[in-house]
Amino acid sequence: MNQGPEQADGLSRRQVMAGAAGAAAAMILTSCGPKSLHEVPKDRLLSLVAEMEKTYKEKLGADIKVGTEPALPGVEFAYALDISRCVGCRRCVYACVEENNQSRDPQIHWIKVLSMEKEKGVDFAHAGAYYDPKEVPEDGHFYVPVACQQCRNAPCTKVCPTGATWTERDGIVVIDYDWCIGCRYCMAACPYGARHFNWTTPGLPTAEINKNTHYIGNRPRPSGVVEKCTFCIQRTRNGRYPACVEVCPAGARKFGNLLDPGSEIRYIIEHKRVLVLKEDLNTLPKFFYFYAT
Amino acid sequence: MRIAFLVLFLPVALLPLSAASPSAKKAEERPEVPPPPFTDGIFPCSGCHATMEVNPKRRALTEFHDDIVLRHDEEHRWCLDCHDAKDRDSLHSASGELIPFSESYRLCGQCHGEKFRDWKAGVHGRRSGDWNGHKTYLLCAHCHNPHQPRFRPLAPKPPPRPPQRPGSTKGGSR
Repeated sequence: MNQGPEQADGLSRRQVMAGAAGAAAAMILTSCGPKSLHEVPKDRLLSLVAEMEKTYKEKLGADIKVGTEPALPGVEFAYALDISRCVGCRRCVYACVEENNQSRDPQIHWIKVLSMEKEKGVDFAHAGAYYDPKEVPEDGHFYVPVACQQCRNAPCTKVCPTGATWTERDGIVVIDYDWCIGCRYCMAACPYGARHFNWTTPGLPTAEINKNTHYIGNRPRPSGVVEKCTFCIQRTRNGRYPACVEVCPAGARKFGNLLDPGSEIRYIIEHKRVLVLKEDLNTLPKFFYFYAT
Repeated sequence: MRIAFLVLFLPVALLPLSAASPSAKKAEERPEVPPPPFTDGIFPCSGCHATMEVNPKRRALTEFHDDIVLRHDEEHRWCLDCHDAKDRDSLHSASGELIPFSESYRLCGQCHGEKFRDWKAGVHGRRSGDWNGHKTYLLCAHCHNPHQPRFRPLAPKPPPRPPQRPGSTKGGSR
């Protein structure tokens, strides 16, 4: 007991310091720290997602499931599109709109199908998205659908001042709609016109909402944020093909794991003539175009 | 310590990789396909043909099946080059081997070997299902009418609305 006060004194100083440091670290990591979905711990993410679901229920009157599936280990997604097969029917455009809860009015399309002249080849200066014949394909034309190219060296993520957009471990470039401030730097940086801005609250009828969503994917967006293709993250992280792949009547769209030697995507890269758009910009897209014939 | 760490964690790190990748051999198995796209009531062929005599003479059909227009190497081919004369509910290969309608891709693959190879690899034609698991293929005949195999033109979905001023109800935004 004689040594008591002395011991308690020495220990308590250390304990106090350690306790204070621990508390500070915990504060930074949880409540006061970054709330960006990029880096929140799993339990906090779950509570954030529960809040989102509650808000959607109140505002939209829909029971929306907001998934939090993380990137699968050993997976890097890539996409391939057969230019020699695409007929330009735009089925993919509208399947994407329905799957990913894009605004119907004002209209947002993540996929833009460009009609090009066979004489000129892949030439953006002579491409148009507004073709409207009775039947496609038109004589002398071929079609190049363009959406996010999921670049490995993505210019869009570098310019974001708030860290609201980044590349996930499976290679998908995503946006945190809560941290996006709508500055649209990323839209200026993207050489493919793949990012789209919600100038108003998206016109999305409740009856048409796809209720299977993902927190950095197709969950309904507020106005004033940027959105883009996420390779249907809510589907592909659960093993399914993206909506555009399944709907394509010509079978021109291919999707798979770049790290799996048995995947379609690897077969295409190893056996077909493959190109990427605007290769000279060194964006290193994971969206490949190829000619099967 | 570092070696022990590697020994401990390497197998763990590799496990998911091998779990996520379907073996390359899977492509060699008979792919799963939906039933062939027959016209209603046309199959089984033996329903009518069982009692009919086989006329192996090449001719234009006038009494029945006259709606079928052959635009598939029609100078060199006719019905009985693919449809079997004895087993009316089957097709046959060039070697005479019977091929059921549900495996018609083997018949098509005799001439279109390059497409057949791509189809087996999942590169030609539409696939649905799971990118890393169970996939459903379509038969050649689901997209190409075997008698007129050229892919039919489609009516396109409406073009996008050109960009308009924000707030306008007419336009689309970028």
